[in-house]
Amino acid sequence: MSCLKQSNLRGFACEQSCLTRSDGSATFNQGETTVLAAVYGPVEVKLSKEHVEKAAVDVIYKPKVGIPGCKEKATEQLIKSTCETVLLVALHPRTAVVIVLQEMQNTGSLLSCCINACCQALMDAGINMRCLVCAVTTTVDQEGHIILDPTSKQEEDGKAVLTFAFDSKTNGVIMTTTSGIYSSQEYQECLLSAQHASAKIFEFYRDSILKKLSRVS
Amino acid sequence: MADVFKKVEPAEYYRRHLTHDARPDGRQLLAFRDVVVSVGTIGTADGSALVRLGGGGTTVVCGVKAELASPRPDTPARGYVVPNVELPALCAATLRPGPPTALAQTLSQAMADLIENSGCVDAGALCVSPGRLVWALHVDAVCLAHNGNLADACAAAVVAALRDTTLPAITIDDETGRVRVDSGRERAPVAASAFPVAASFAKFDNDILFADPTAEEEALATATVTVATLEDGSLCLLHKAGGSAMTEKELQQCVDRAQVRGAELRHLVNKVAASKEC
Repeated sequence: MSCLKQSNLRGFACEQSCLTRSDGSATFNQGETTVLAAVYGPVEVKLSKEHVEKAAVDVIYKPKVGIPGCKEKATEQLIKSTCETVLLVALHPRTAVVIVLQEMQNTGSLLSCCINACCQALMDAGINMRCLVCAVTTTVDQEGHIILDPTSKQEEDGKAVLTFAFDSKTNGVIMTTTSGIYSSQEYQECLLSAQHASAKIFEFYRDSILKKLSRVS
Repeated sequence: MADVFKKVEPAEYYRRHLTHDARPDGRQLLAFRDVVVSVGTIGTADGSALVRLGGGGTTVVCGVKAELASPRPDTPARGYVVPNVELPALCAATLRPGPPTALAQTLSQAMADLIENSGCVDAGALCVSPGRLVWALHVDAVCLAHNGNLADACAAAVVAALRDTTLPAITIDDETGRVRVDSGRERAPVAASAFPVAASFAKFDNDILFADPTAEEEALATATVTVATLEDGSLCLLHKAGGSAMTEKELQQCVDRAQVRGAELRHLVNKVAASKEC
């Protein structure tokens, strides 16, 4: 039986509407990991990407250094299909929703930070969504303990890194991706503790929106 | 009549089948298609394999080419594996010729993750001379026919090809520094004992779970999930990119089925490899 070693998420912070020219934007921090997300949409779509029955979601991921490679493309696809699930894409046929993600600083749990930043930026853009999404990264360390929201060091030292994205309505798993070797029991335990932690993130979403709206009024 | 129904209302056609625990091709929901594996099909490669699902519905051929290269600076004593999945326009009507599609790139990355996570190639054993010379394995998987579930077919072809791969012995002359292939000595296999097997599942109408989707089923599915298992029952890849939400029970069901499937496919590939030797 593995136990939860670090049950706290690192402190998170978010700032919405940080860019002036985009339809929606947000910076999301988890510990020192920071991602900036910008959303443009619904905008005109390239003919090759056009869908007659729904909006095309286009995710562009920019790493901090270097040019995006195969790995970044796979990350883009992962975020794209996650966002496609939560967006009501059928409301805007023959258009595109473009999401640009800029990695600012990576000290672990980057993918979950990207997805959380995406969700905040989409909320800021006011695009219709089916539900909200939040992501949590977990690590299983060499002794089989589960660490929530790991730092880069913990990710490197651990035997497996598992990332989950949950929807706010049913708390079901929208996205999951893993690296390393782990048992199915460890998977289930990581899933449950991540699911538990996702409630905190959704609560944070609510608070940040409340704060933003109270400022406006 | 059924053909017309399928063309006009594909979703309803599948719904009527799936709600009765049957698929249009006669399979049960959690049944996989028959697999044909042959290894060593390409004579010019250092290792190769061909995998067909459902009588040639999905066909992937994979060849491994070993090349001597200088190691990457951060891992001087380790060789490396470069997987690449190609989806040429000939394999499906929906694909166009041109640069690699997002699907091909995602699959290439999935194969790289699978090889690295599972440790099915011992990168340390690919080292010839630390800091100077290592083997680089170029693993090229080409899809010849695409009728759904490329992830499983590619994973099976890549792993079977790597298990078939042998490398010639190398001698380096200390004085002149010349590298020579020692053809007198026996070729050494590269594969480690780990043998990952991938199994994919799809969800229809947000609640019906079925295994090994065909291209038609993939187009109608609301979510797909791929699980890769190892011999001891541990997992080395669990990938679900978006789509309708799944509960932990459904994921566990996929994992359990994938473990049974893993044992079947491992048995098959080992049998094929053994029959090749004798």
